Amino acid sequence: MTDATAAHAVLHGVTRVYPGANPVHALGPIDLSITRGSFFSVVGPSGCGKSTLLDVLAGLSPPSAGRITFEGQPVNGTVPDGVGVVFQEDSSFPWLTVRDNVAFGLRRIGTDPAEIARRVDHAIGFMGLTDFAAAYPAQLSGGMRQRVCIARTLVLRPRLILLDEPFGALDQQTRLLMGDELLRLWRETDATVLLITHALDEAAMLSDRVGVMSARPGRFIDLLDTGWPRDRDSRIVSDPGFGAITARLWSSLRTESMKAIGARA
Amino acid sequence: MKRTIVTRPAMSRARRVVWTRWGITLLLVLLLEAACRLGFVPKLAVLPPSEVIAAMVALLSTQEVLTNVAETFSTVAIAFTASVLTGFVLGVALHGAPRLRRAIDPLLASYYAVPIFVFYPLLVALLGLGALPLMAIGYLAAVPAMLIATLLGLDRVPPVLRRVARMHRLGRVSTAVLVILPAALPNLFQGIKLSLAYAFIGVIAGEFILSSGGLGYAIAFAYDSFDNRTMYGLMLFVLLSAVISNGLLSSWESRLQRRRGLQ
Ligand SMILES: Nc1ncnc2c1ncn2[C@@H]1O[C@H](COP(=O)(O)OP(=O)(O)OP(=O)(O)O)[C@@H](O)[C@H]1O
Ligand SMILES: [Mg+2]
Repeated sequence: MTDATAAHAVLHGVTRVYPGANPVHALGPIDLSITRGSFFSVVGPSGCGKSTLLDVLAGLSPPSAGRITFEGQPVNGTVPDGVGVVFQEDSSFPWLTVRDNVAFGLRRIGTDPAEIARRVDHAIGFMGLTDFAAAYPAQLSGGMRQRVCIARTLVLRPRLILLDEPFGALDQQTRLLMGDELLRLWRETDATVLLITHALDEAAMLSDRVGVMSARPGRFIDLLDTGWPRDRDSRIVSDPGFGAITARLWSSLRTESMKAIGARA
Repeated sequence: MKRTIVTRPAMSRARRVVWTRWGITLLLVLLLEAACRLGFVPKLAVLPPSEVIAAMVALLSTQEVLTNVAETFSTVAIAFTASVLTGFVLGVALHGAPRLRRAIDPLLASYYAVPIFVFYPLLVALLGLGALPLMAIGYLAAVPAMLIATLLGLDRVPPVLRRVARMHRLGRVSTAVLVILPAALPNLFQGIKLSLAYAFIGVIAGEFILSSGGLGYAIAFAYDSFDNRTMYGLMLFVLLSAVISNGLLSSWESRLQRRRGLQ
């Protein structure tokens, strides 16, 4: 029974085939259990099915086979309460200011206005957007827009946060700092985080556990526990263990990445 | 405070463009005036702009012309409103029925290649000689513009926004109102502007061909009776009406775009 409570989200034999004239087998079968309160990262070659995994896990699209549960309840076709997603593409609403973008979800669920103002201010400050609260997305850089989307999801205080390459549009320095912020948030909220990234160092530094996916159809070919203390930040990149983890991730990923771009190993 | 930095230069540039545009228009009008006055253009064919303006002002104080104006404007208003509503509803419906849409697409694409005015006599035969066939021709001219714009607008809603809506667990109606509609609004606006133009053209042209009242009829009547002053005065009025109504919609539109931090 301890196992069932420790697992926050579970996937059993999950596959996803995009139907059509030429069906695309994008994912799986996947068997995975994500521990409650853990920081789990997924790395894998481009096009291997990472975003598809996120979609299926979030209930945004149904699996072609297999079962998914979140907090013990089956997930099928709708996003369960308590799950927040940050998408890979820019998904800010261009017709709303930064502030209204971030407040969108809270207004929908009828939160008290004073409480909305407080939480929105906090989320905007957290993402370093205070000076731009009244700006529209068209006036922001790509990285800033992505931060708006992160704030819009975080403000809902999801218990499971799914992030699809959220720092893809950021430079390396900002990326490291945002990683620290994400770690801080994760510690403060006890949320479970699933982070999809293409940066091996990011995965190695942030995660309790890293899953390495094969080329399409994506499956986990390696699951690696980092063993970092919960109280960590980007300075662990100088830890000798860090290099070893990144090296192992790369050796697992190298052949798969070559397959993905059609090169010979 | 940061906002002003972004919008200020863009605003004044836009203003300069507007002034330049008006300057050029004024210059052309003055050139035409001079050409008429100096006898480069035969006085019988073209009136100098100053006289056209005077004629228009005089005409607009006659009851007869005002009746024609009211007739045309109300016909256009009805054709325009009906076409925007049906075009939008049909667009939404067709967007939700991809098979039907594929079947209808070629028809839509070639719609404006057909001179629909050849059907006008048929409409008169069916609906009688009054406002009805005019409304019908204006409506038929305008509906596809709104329909196509609606389809385009819905097509262009980034799929990820629908996913955001589902992540926020919005129902169908909330998704439509809070996400899809605002995302498609720029295209819908294009459709509304085009519909107004097409409805206007349809109604005036219909009056021109066969009708017992309205501005188009009055212009045709003046033409037939060699009444240049009336003809040019009314033509200027039609022109101004089209430009002003379009300008009003455009300024509404750009206010909307400014709100999105564009332009
Ligand atoms: N809607 C769709 N219809 C058909 N095939 C799709 C669809 N979405 C994705 N695919 C295919 O599924 C595979 C996995 O796509 P997915 O977006 O999950 O990859 P990814 O790992 O997120 O890639 P990236 O790292 O580039 O973001 C790809 O081969 C893609 O072409
Ligand atoms: Mg992806």
